[in-house]
Amino acid sequence: MNAVPSELATYNFAYLDEQTKRMIRRTILKAIAIPGYQVPFASREMPMPYGWGTGGVQVTAAILGPEDVLKVIDQGADDTTNAVSIRAFFQKVANVAVTTKTREATIIQTRHRIPEEKLTAGQTLVYQVPIPEPLRFLEPRETETRKMHALEEYGLMHVKLYEDIARNGHIATTYSYPVKVEGRYVMSPSPTPKFDNPKMHMSEALQLFGAGREKRIYALPPFTDVVSLDFEDHPFEVQKFERPCALCGAENVYLDEVVLDDRGGRMFVCSDTDHCEDRRDHGHCGTMLAYGKAAAE
Amino acid sequence: MADTQIFSGAFAEPVLAAQSVFRTVMDCMARPGTIGTIAATARPPQPLGVAAGAVALTLCDHDTPVWLTPQLARSKLPGWLSFHTGAPITGEKHEARFAFVEKEAVLPGFALFSPGTQEYPDRSATLVVEVDSFEDGRPLKLSGPGIRDEAVIAPQGLPDTFVALAEANRAMFPRGVDLILVAGDRVLCLPRTTVIKNREA
Amino acid sequence: MYVAVKGGEAAIANAHRLLADRRRGDRSLPSITIEQIVAQLGLAVDRVMAEASLYDRAIAALAIRQSRGDMIEAIFILRAYRTTLPRFGYSVPVETSRMLVERRVSATYKDLPGGQLLGPTFDYTHRLLDPSLLRDEQVEEPLQRDGEQEPVMRVSDILAGEGLVEGDGELPAGHVPGDLTREPLEFPMARDLRLQALARGDEGFLLSLAYSTQRGYGNNHPFVGEVRMGEVEVELDLPELGFAVSLGRIQVTECQMITQFKGSVKSPPQFTRGYGLVFGQNERKAMSMSLVDRALRTDEFEEDVVSPAQDEEFVISHSDNVQATGFVEHLKLPHYVDFQAELDLMRRMRREHDERSREEPGDDTLEAAQ
Repeated sequence: MNAVPSELATYNFAYLDEQTKRMIRRTILKAIAIPGYQVPFASREMPMPYGWGTGGVQVTAAILGPEDVLKVIDQGADDTTNAVSIRAFFQKVANVAVTTKTREATIIQTRHRIPEEKLTAGQTLVYQVPIPEPLRFLEPRETETRKMHALEEYGLMHVKLYEDIARNGHIATTYSYPVKVEGRYVMSPSPTPKFDNPKMHMSEALQLFGAGREKRIYALPPFTDVVSLDFEDHPFEVQKFERPCALCGAENVYLDEVVLDDRGGRMFVCSDTDHCEDRRDHGHCGTMLAYGKAAAE
Repeated sequence: MADTQIFSGAFAEPVLAAQSVFRTVMDCMARPGTIGTIAATARPPQPLGVAAGAVALTLCDHDTPVWLTPQLARSKLPGWLSFHTGAPITGEKHEARFAFVEKEAVLPGFALFSPGTQEYPDRSATLVVEVDSFEDGRPLKLSGPGIRDEAVIAPQGLPDTFVALAEANRAMFPRGVDLILVAGDRVLCLPRTTVIKNREA
Repeated sequence: MYVAVKGGEAAIANAHRLLADRRRGDRSLPSITIEQIVAQLGLAVDRVMAEASLYDRAIAALAIRQSRGDMIEAIFILRAYRTTLPRFGYSVPVETSRMLVERRVSATYKDLPGGQLLGPTFDYTHRLLDPSLLRDEQVEEPLQRDGEQEPVMRVSDILAGEGLVEGDGELPAGHVPGDLTREPLEFPMARDLRLQALARGDEGFLLSLAYSTQRGYGNNHPFVGEVRMGEVEVELDLPELGFAVSLGRIQVTECQMITQFKGSVKSPPQFTRGYGLVFGQNERKAMSMSLVDRALRTDEFEEDVVSPAQDEEFVISHSDNVQATGFVEHLKLPHYVDFQAELDLMRRMRREHDERSREEPGDDTLEAAQ
């Protein structure tokens, strides 16, 4: 018996075999036709771990073509290791053009952020989703949550948010903040900060959500009504930062807190690295950058 | 040899062609009313049109029972579909995941096809319907997800009952069938979410 | 000045290089061969094949070597490879009653047709470290059984003769066995899909669940009707030929666990069965699987779901170690965007809390103020 494997299989364009792509493509079309509804799909084992973007990777692999320009971000940044790894995967298996510039990309795969720059009609945003079910932490059983969606029975979610208000005076959900799509399905925006929720509403870009481990795909077509759940006396509001980005001076963007030393020194900079670089290239300057420049001169 | 019609006419470059056709259909499904052009060439047996053939090659396989109109079922199409996609042909409309209707054929009632269930509304049929053209028909006003305010289309060759059929389909949401209209090499999608009304002249 | 961290690509490449170095270890030692892993770490290879659902010893051994012996990592590598393989068809069910038996024990009968065969088992070894294995030890050839062996009847067939044990059961007409690697999961599951999930489930997880059913979490009173291990024929039906052709033999371990059942409206009192079937030699897994399979059949026997091992959604959703490890380990990916949002909220709630306690001082502070 020959114990040594002589030849291993070679991989198809964009890694997935054609049968798998067809299955995912059919799923995507149904997801678009039923905005906010999680379509089950036979998620495949991918060569990266579950929980690390296998859903997003499968969606991207099923839609990607040779003419696309791909951008991959994690936490808003192109240079986080998992974003680098996923980008390198598609360069390898699909030989696709990549970019870090939001406006040059036709497909943007993301984990935890929506780019600051307004997305446009030719673009598709692919989200990596860990737990697609917005009701999962209220009801762990799939059999139950499926019924709740079928019957549009979302009282539990309102009760949970209202309990927050009763206890804290405000809703204590800061990310994965649930939304209602076209007045029908309650949907998880994936763990993006609620700061990004308003960007989903009536977006010009197509938004696709892939959850590999949980085997679900869902979608928001462009120009779709996406409303964050709230109450009349406690309207939805997003995080506000007290100061602009220390590097590019941008306001009304999501900021990362960077610890500078062990004496409580901190600075706040754009989480969207491309947005920040683009602003700096166009001459915008935050306090820290100005300070750095002055010191250099 | 009559059978050459069955064994030929698939995509020359299946992987890239399927990707390109799918992207066109996906963009049209996401933006109802937008007319896309199928770039890849499929040559299905008559009387199925080229765009419908390309959609079949792109989306159908062993897992998708296909329903055909009586005329298509009598053509070379069942053999062609089965050879190139492996899709089983079904005579039962409610079992079909895809249905193909050629130009000028009678459009069956949407309600005869599976609209999915309340729990699984995705388990519904997609109807690929060929019309004469996308111009100069009776204007229809579209609104709903994927459409900024409203869109107007004017396909020629849909029955007079079309708006009523679409309205009944829309009323079942989230259940319902989804439509892919084709004309020549062009395609236009009407998912179940689209509200379709006759535009008053 | 703060500079956004760059160079993720170089960092990843360097990490891979270091990993390769650690995997190879001391270069003055010969590198371990695939043949050696297959031959000498055979049970590790078996476990990887079973939980990856791919029967190929050499490729499983390659995965073990590549993963530095991390079993779940090896299973993961093998599964990712399996996904890309084309399917030629589905074999006919293997017939374990025609197994070329290497080991077979029954706890329910002292002796039975075919006999009790211990085979290559750790069962009666004394777990004392063996210093002879520190060297390249001399090992005697095993003894071979002489002559024709009598058929090794399955214990379930013996009991079925008396009508005291439930039958193999019939699949509904036209039922095509499911495949959870090709179709999305849906609860409640049919038993065929559930058994598939268990067969590729994590050995440790199933072992613990099986153990829990013995300790009162689930009402099982099991007997090992039979455990058998050996080679079975894999056959493929070829419609063109009109008969099945053999593709070769694979080694499997099968366990039939027998449980007393008092009867219900639907069924008379009888012994019921839990079933386990695993690639390679892995009795622990086959036995655990059979106990959990029986525990999960609450619907069929109108039993109340009172324990974790009886809860299908709980068991099946969490039995896959590749999914589990991915999701647990993904917590080490950056989450600073969400953490920022939480930090912001925490600061706000803390501020509000402090303000409240200043506005409504408790009795102690009042007294202190006076």
